[in-house]
Amino acid sequence: MGHERDLEKRLEAKGLTRRDFMKFCTLLSATMGLGSSFVPRIAEALASPKRPPVVWLSFAECTGCTEALLRTTYPWIDELLLDTISLDYHETLMAAAGQQAEDALHKSVKDNAGKFICIVDGSIPTANNGAYGMIAGRTFLEIAKDICPKALATICVGTCSSYGGLPAAAPNPTGAKSISEVLGIKTVNIPGCPPNPINMVGTIVNFLLFGKLPQLDDKGRPLFAYGQLVHDQCQRRSHFEAGEYAKSFDSEEAKMGWCLYELGCKGPDTYNNCPVVKFNESTSWPVQAGHPCIGCSEPDFWDKMSPFYQKS
Amino acid sequence: MGQRVVIDPITRIEGHLRIEVEVTNGKVSNAWSSSTLFRGLELILQGRDPRDAWLFTQRACGVCTYVHGLASVRCVDDAAKVTIPGNARLIRNLLMGAQFLHDHMVHFYHLHALDWVDIVSALKADPKKTSVISNQVSPAGNSGPSDFRAVQVRLKKFVESGQLGIFTNGYWGHPAYKLPPEVNLLATAHYLEALRQQARTARMHAIFGGKNPHLQSLVVGGVTCATDLNADRISEFLYLWKETKDFVDNVYLPDVAAVAGFYKDWGKIGGTTNFLCYGEFPQSEKEPDSLFFPRGAIFNRKVDQVKPVDLGQVMEHVKHSWYEGDKALNPAQGQTRPAYDKLNVDDRYSWMKAPRYNNEPMEVGPLARLLVAYGKGHAPTKKAVDDLLKQLGLPVTALFSTLGRTAARALETKIIGDAMEGWIMQLVENVKKGDTAIYQPFEMPDTGMGVGLNDVPRGALGHWIEIKDKKIANYQLVVPSTWNLGPRCANNKMGPVEEALIGTPVADPKRPLEVLRTVHSFDPCIACGVHIIDPQTNEVYEFKVV
Repeated sequence: MGHERDLEKRLEAKGLTRRDFMKFCTLLSATMGLGSSFVPRIAEALASPKRPPVVWLSFAECTGCTEALLRTTYPWIDELLLDTISLDYHETLMAAAGQQAEDALHKSVKDNAGKFICIVDGSIPTANNGAYGMIAGRTFLEIAKDICPKALATICVGTCSSYGGLPAAAPNPTGAKSISEVLGIKTVNIPGCPPNPINMVGTIVNFLLFGKLPQLDDKGRPLFAYGQLVHDQCQRRSHFEAGEYAKSFDSEEAKMGWCLYELGCKGPDTYNNCPVVKFNESTSWPVQAGHPCIGCSEPDFWDKMSPFYQKS
Repeated sequence: MGQRVVIDPITRIEGHLRIEVEVTNGKVSNAWSSSTLFRGLELILQGRDPRDAWLFTQRACGVCTYVHGLASVRCVDDAAKVTIPGNARLIRNLLMGAQFLHDHMVHFYHLHALDWVDIVSALKADPKKTSVISNQVSPAGNSGPSDFRAVQVRLKKFVESGQLGIFTNGYWGHPAYKLPPEVNLLATAHYLEALRQQARTARMHAIFGGKNPHLQSLVVGGVTCATDLNADRISEFLYLWKETKDFVDNVYLPDVAAVAGFYKDWGKIGGTTNFLCYGEFPQSEKEPDSLFFPRGAIFNRKVDQVKPVDLGQVMEHVKHSWYEGDKALNPAQGQTRPAYDKLNVDDRYSWMKAPRYNNEPMEVGPLARLLVAYGKGHAPTKKAVDDLLKQLGLPVTALFSTLGRTAARALETKIIGDAMEGWIMQLVENVKKGDTAIYQPFEMPDTGMGVGLNDVPRGALGHWIEIKDKKIANYQLVVPSTWNLGPRCANNKMGPVEEALIGTPVADPKRPLEVLRTVHSFDPCIACGVHIIDPQTNEVYEFKVV
């Protein structure tokens, strides 16, 4: 009991009511496919007094993955940054610039060698010795080779760092490659363009809770998020079974919310939890907005899934 | 010869940017802007289905999400000669409006504020006094002494943890910070509040766009959100719009005015000379006549002489970029041969080309939009600008500055926020009448050219497409950050950010806080800004502009 009171005190100090916090933990444990008995343990892990150091490297990317992280609502991003993790380097969010930013990176990596989590968004251009992407006079290639092996684990956020993504789409002008391909290491991959922040946070929480990363499929994706096909979880699935398809975006069938398969939906080939958790506080997801799934969490989807508006 | 200072990476921006300045007698005497990332988006588009282009181009940038998607469907709409239904135009405008509200709010609080606000100083504030200040400038909630004390306690615990996370190594205590501790606490509280508000504001995109970032409800010919055109969804959008507008009117604008009051000297620092705006928010199918923000160009700060825009006057220079040759060409005859050697500010130093209009560098973005609208007598803009200048006791010339640029961004957020109400109500009226059309079927032409001109949060954005055999033969993006952050041209004229940096005071070259203020005031977005090459073959890349 004393332990629980201590937790409550810590939560209070963080400006959270116990009820809010437990609500989040319940949602998270459900997303991760864990039983309700894990709820208090998630709560404990998230309120740990020493926040785990995280270094976020951005390579050939568009910052969409960072923006997605900012949309987390359980916990809110300010809670994640102030109470849950210590984000020691993140170019888009950090106060420091130039030399001071570089110093922050190197200090965290040195002080926390083997203990920090490295999150990467963006792929690595390898053509022309990596000249297509540089920070502080070093190529992305050099930076990745230096930092990632020193981390406890490397988590690739988004399809670019996971599998190459947009810069690697044919004809791959810059020789862009995924982190695991360039470094020959195993990474946890949270693909999506961008991925749902709940899947990023869920992976981090799994680490905080169990001291290890979640169970992965053969493409490095956490099973709790990428274990099932979009198609199998889709609200429009019954229309597919009944052969009820929308054939044009202006049709009566489209207005009735019929299946988008004939318009090119890639849900049957895509593993992700979009239909269940949805985006932005469960407001919607692409198929709900009447647009076919484009398969954005699958490797090489820009080439393999396109043309997007043709039935596959 | 002054002292050289390099800031690499420039943080709190989108993408990868390096700024080098020369400091002489405590002021910037020379400046160079270098983009250090190249991805090759335009080449990746060649040979693909034109309907797919927007999904690719939207990924030009995840901060300015949506805008490169919209620019693309507009340019393919143009090539396919399809007129989209009125509802589709309204929904596209509403999504664009939501993007402005979100983008500018995040820019001010999370990318720019720490240049002006010393978070550590907030620890010394008296929360009661902060509350008094807050209540003087705004009717916003969460503004009692206990609210600000709670923020202070939270901040104190965070600092005492010894793990400063994203606030590590900030320029805290720098002499250029001028806010009293109480105002620093006010701004810090709103930095945190805005972190949550932006997530709620982004939900507007999810309602008609499926998700944010990277929406997924646009198509060439209209939009797809057929099942969201109902009372529930529209009122949800209306609710989020109202909540955001409250934040803009009662927190964002008062904060900008309050902070600006302590930095009036920045109304004389960081200005540029010429301004270009394509205009935005079409109110009917007639463009540019129906654009809410008008199109125009201003030279030599002559706001009362807004000129029409002629795309034939756009030239792209490569003398100081990593491409072969030094000839300035209109994009219609454009050639691009990559020639990366090394970064040398006396020669070539960026992946960006240097676009020029009438041979002049042009600033694009909120200030350009505001000045063009002001010059053309746009009523809501005139009122917003005059009110703020009066409140601060500053002359119109103070707009040509770092402060003016930052204030312009806040003012247009309010102007756009106000205008959105009318668009929502038009949508309601249409649906009430039974008009639910959101898509116009079309036949993709075998060959064709299309252009989509837009004015997005960071400025003038053009997409051009050339279609052959129903496929993309060529695709070109000329984007705001290339205008603002590109290098010198063949005539050795500086780009806008380089020009703006001249004269910026630098108290401590080891901690160049003041340089960040001016650079951030342009809201750099670098991923979009870099042109296309084929480094494997050095293939000549040509594109014809209509």
